[in-house]
Amino acid sequence: MSRKQKRMLVRIISSAIFMVILALVPVTGLVRLALYLAVYLLIGGDILLKAARNIVHGQVFDECFLMAIATVGAMAIAIWDRSGDYTEAVAVMLFYQTGELFQAIAVGRSRKNISALMDIRPDWANIEKDGQIVQVSPEEVAVGSEIIVRAGEKVPIDGVVTEGSTTLDTSALTGESLPREVTVGDDIISGCINMTGLVRIRTTRDFGQSTVSRILDLVENASSRKSRSEDFIARFARVYTPAVCLGALALAVLPPLARMIMGLNPVWHDWIYRALTFLVISCPCALVISIPLGFFAGIGGASKAGILVKGSNYLEGLSKVDTVVFDKTGTLTRGVFEVQGIHHSSMPEERLLELAALAESASNHPISKSLRKAYGHSVDIDRVRDIEEIGGNGVTAVVDGHAVACGNERLMKRLGISCIGCRSVGTIIHVAVDGEYAGHIVISDVVKDNSRKAVDELKNAGVSDIVMLTGDSGPVARDVASRLGITSVHSGLLPADKVDRVEALLHERKKGKLLAFVGDGINDAPVLSRSDIGIAMGAMGSDAAIEAADVVIMDDDPLRIPLAMRISRKCMSIVYQNIVFAIGVKLICLLLGALGVANMWLAIFADVGVMVLAVMNATRALFVNRL
Amino acid sequence: MTKTYRIEVDCAACALKMENAARKTDGVAGANVNFMTQKMSVDFAEGCDHRHVMESVRRNCKRAESDCEVYLS
Repeated sequence: MSRKQKRMLVRIISSAIFMVILALVPVTGLVRLALYLAVYLLIGGDILLKAARNIVHGQVFDECFLMAIATVGAMAIAIWDRSGDYTEAVAVMLFYQTGELFQAIAVGRSRKNISALMDIRPDWANIEKDGQIVQVSPEEVAVGSEIIVRAGEKVPIDGVVTEGSTTLDTSALTGESLPREVTVGDDIISGCINMTGLVRIRTTRDFGQSTVSRILDLVENASSRKSRSEDFIARFARVYTPAVCLGALALAVLPPLARMIMGLNPVWHDWIYRALTFLVISCPCALVISIPLGFFAGIGGASKAGILVKGSNYLEGLSKVDTVVFDKTGTLTRGVFEVQGIHHSSMPEERLLELAALAESASNHPISKSLRKAYGHSVDIDRVRDIEEIGGNGVTAVVDGHAVACGNERLMKRLGISCIGCRSVGTIIHVAVDGEYAGHIVISDVVKDNSRKAVDELKNAGVSDIVMLTGDSGPVARDVASRLGITSVHSGLLPADKVDRVEALLHERKKGKLLAFVGDGINDAPVLSRSDIGIAMGAMGSDAAIEAADVVIMDDDPLRIPLAMRISRKCMSIVYQNIVFAIGVKLICLLLGALGVANMWLAIFADVGVMVLAVMNATRALFVNRL
Repeated sequence: MTKTYRIEVDCAACALKMENAARKTDGVAGANVNFMTQKMSVDFAEGCDHRHVMESVRRNCKRAESDCEVYLS
């Protein structure tokens, strides 16, 4: 509780005590009025003052004004009737203040909880000075200096490990619970938690440019892009309060006048009281508070799961996506080539792979790298000699005294060796040993483990069109697509073609539905910004992706896309629940108030109760673990 | 140019009022109040002294909602 809130609490408690005493002490007449007025001013003085000040500043309709009118009105009725029943005005003010205090505390607390969840800001960095480890603020560390991160500490600044190795917990950044191993020479990203050993890091960026600062900046500014629901509420609140005030005025004046004309007793006092009840109900607090809070919690929850949403408008938009366009390489596939199979081998497959890996040992081509990786052992260069690389064909070399040729069909033709074609899709590497065909190795990009599941889940989530765009050739693209269950494929596209394709799809989409493009963010920036919602994957550390995309998925798991949609839908349903609930209860209370069923007490309880429930409901958007 | 300032405000409706007040201030091209993070980001018009403008933003916010604070540093 802040100091202001504590002061308020004291005021509330003391005026409550005074009210009880006044109810017990039998004073009457003017003394009674004076005592009640004193309590009234004690609890509601600031409200009256604020209402007056706002009127001077030309801002009439706000809740202070409503409360002031309602309670002063109730007081006046009590004086007019000479009933001596001043309790109601004081009590309404008391409950109103209690509600306000409660609201401030509840909102402040959920605000803090959500912020705490997103708190990945490192407080210090350790540097070595004269053989001593000193803590300095991360802002002070220059690029290229060496920092020390002990076990249990957060990595404060991006850099490269220069000494030691350790296990990192990246869950705060990616939502991924699997720890990551790093050792000397590896890049290390700020915001991770060092779990096991001490490492020294040479920083490659300053603190402001480091991943952790950029992410915090992004999340904190996320809610500044307002969603349509928030805009709706802001507009609603602007119309609502004046409308209810006019309603109250009409309720106070019209029915009694009508009764007078009909020759009945106008019962002014009754109708004015009903109008005052109207005013108490009219505060739009629950709405104005719970809707932004819901979005804030939703964005917080998503970022816990490694999904950064850049604004409430995008969180809202995600729930309306019915077309998802995927880029293939790096998004659905890993973008790393792997050996898929060895066919027609005239020797043990391991031996064929070994010969190929050795022959290709000098090459830096991704295919050679993947061969060496599949071979798995370190390559002994002494076993290889006379390496000759024939550009666009392959490699010939002498391995263990055998002449080995490794390459595509063209190489085999050139050497006059007949080769066996392959029906598998991918890059085929034919191998010949001592002039004899020895079989071929199929290499292709690997589909990510979760891609198929992600596509299925998207279909289940009601995404009607899933499209894959790729620069790859037709057969490879169709093969990947059929394995993933994607029916719509466009292959052989240049980056500019992708923009055209997406624009065509944007024209086709149904009204009220949105198109999301998922890419790895590196060369997709134009498409990411052109689509309704651009989702960049595997973006940890990539500035370009964080800039261009609307939604950033920190690791490269495609399953996070359906998860993001589920988070968005949950958040939106909470927001709609709150809108319907808050407006609904208010309307019912207004009706009951107009009919004279609800009195001021009920009105104030309805107001505070709806607010508290709506705030609690909004906080629910934070919990995304079981989605 | 956009700058972000720390603010103190108690309720979301008051934050809305501050936002409107800031937007109407001369020299402000756009303003956004984030109640949740208690921050106000102000987009200044070309060629305005942001310190000078923020003084009036603060004054206007106080006028719209007496119970608020804008920290200018």
